[in-house]
Amino acid sequence: MAEPSKTHALLQVSGLHLNFGGLVVLNGISLEVGRGELLALIGPNGAGKTSVLNCISLLYRASRGRIVFEGEDLAGLPAHRAARRGIARTFQLGGLFPHLTVLENLLVGRHAHFRSNVVLDGIFWGRARANEIAQRAAAEEIIEFFELERYRGELVSKLPFGVQKVVGFARALAMEPRLLLLDEPSAGLNREAREDLSRFILRIKHEKGIGMIWVEHDMQMVADLADRIYVMDYGAYIADGEPQQVLADPRVVEIYLGSKGH
Amino acid sequence: MSIGGALLRLEQLEVVYQKVVTAIQGVSLEVAEGRIVALLGSNGAGKTTTLRAITGFLGIDDARVTDGRVWFEGRSIENQPPQLVARHGIAIVPERQKVFETLTVTENLEATVPRAGVTRAEQRRRIERVFEHFPRLHAARRRGAGYLSGGERQMLAIGAALLCTPRLLLVDELSQGLAPRIVENLLERLVALRKELGLTVLLVEQSAHVALQIADHGYIMENGRVVLDGTPQRLREHKDVQEFYLGQAGGGERRSYRDVKQYRRSRRWYG
Repeated sequence: MAEPSKTHALLQVSGLHLNFGGLVVLNGISLEVGRGELLALIGPNGAGKTSVLNCISLLYRASRGRIVFEGEDLAGLPAHRAARRGIARTFQLGGLFPHLTVLENLLVGRHAHFRSNVVLDGIFWGRARANEIAQRAAAEEIIEFFELERYRGELVSKLPFGVQKVVGFARALAMEPRLLLLDEPSAGLNREAREDLSRFILRIKHEKGIGMIWVEHDMQMVADLADRIYVMDYGAYIADGEPQQVLADPRVVEIYLGSKGH
Repeated sequence: MSIGGALLRLEQLEVVYQKVVTAIQGVSLEVAEGRIVALLGSNGAGKTTTLRAITGFLGIDDARVTDGRVWFEGRSIENQPPQLVARHGIAIVPERQKVFETLTVTENLEATVPRAGVTRAEQRRRIERVFEHFPRLHAARRRGAGYLSGGERQMLAIGAALLCTPRLLLVDELSQGLAPRIVENLLERLVALRKELGLTVLLVEQSAHVALQIADHGYIMENGRVVLDGTPQRLREHKDVQEFYLGQAGGGERRSYRDVKQYRRSRRWYG
């Protein structure tokens, strides 16, 4: 995959500032993601990583700075518009509908692709019916992709936390986004499940060409999978670049990795 | 009943949800006084269910211990309600750093400190003690807990559990979602607490790498059963632990996450 050039970046974030009252959460964050590029976003707890994702998915309104997605400035758009533009995300704690089944959660993720018509939907006829069948087929494909077959009909609230995280990931992908924001997808997963997760991430990157911003604390995964790493602390830029170079950076070791490294 | 130095002992424990789903079956394990014991296992293996069986939190999910025993200091405590279990000296640090987000750090501790039979002065002393164990919490004592970093939240969750002056501390997923450096600090803190307070710790972890750093003994659960146990050294040498928990290839070197498997591997536990 070719390095994304400046002009072809999928997402360009420049000079992002975010304040909560007097508290400075983000202080001039600038980053870029290309198509099919996997950018890891790392930093200590409380550095503002999730806030960056919240700004890009428009859950937070940045105090200053620009967020340009596919050449279009997203400033001022409401969050559901970001979803329709092709930006999907996962949440640290799953963020699912606990009293719906796995399949139903995925169908909610497909909502942007439903074409509704009051009359036809009311009698469940013609196009409405074909549409329903198509959405169900798409959801089944996602279930297969994430190997969730055995959980299909189970209520999300009854699933182990790690499986819920995978369902959250699946629902984000069900939206058919071009940019995916992953908030600590590996938390709560053991080594084996992390290997599965790695496979999902690599397949999404290579087969679907989706750009990803990936908040992660597992530095082995980051070192093995990420194309580039962006490090932040206290809402500000610390370092960025290729994994090997960034993880060896003394400042990154000092603020994040600790004496034993990873 | 003699229990041979074990502070906590599970004996052939079986837990059934909604009268039909067997979550754990025949689980036996021992936590000796003053030890740090790790309980490892993949998602859905039954680790959290085991913790709930000890703490009495099964009832909220319509589950019960249907067979076997939970011995604590020679007393059988299965199916006792949580408030009674806590009084025996068992405290839990729940998964995902649960704290009262809208309260400050100090208020969190004040809300958690036991009142029954504990004088005001003693309550205050216990809270001060928590601040001594975690100076960072003292620095953040007036901040809303919702604004704490993940590491500080975990410190607060541990601190809140310590207020009950437990003899056995159960820790559910210490490292989850925390930066490597923070995890390292927390592990050191736990080891120090064990020494200073004579604590006994049962550590439930996804990350074998983290848990085996400080544990004296480890148990591995799969599909509701204990499939393997031993010293960290023995576990690290076991082929399945290497493959499924430590991510090592044949020669002991680390396997890259890029070499992802394309098939379901089979386990060889005891095989």
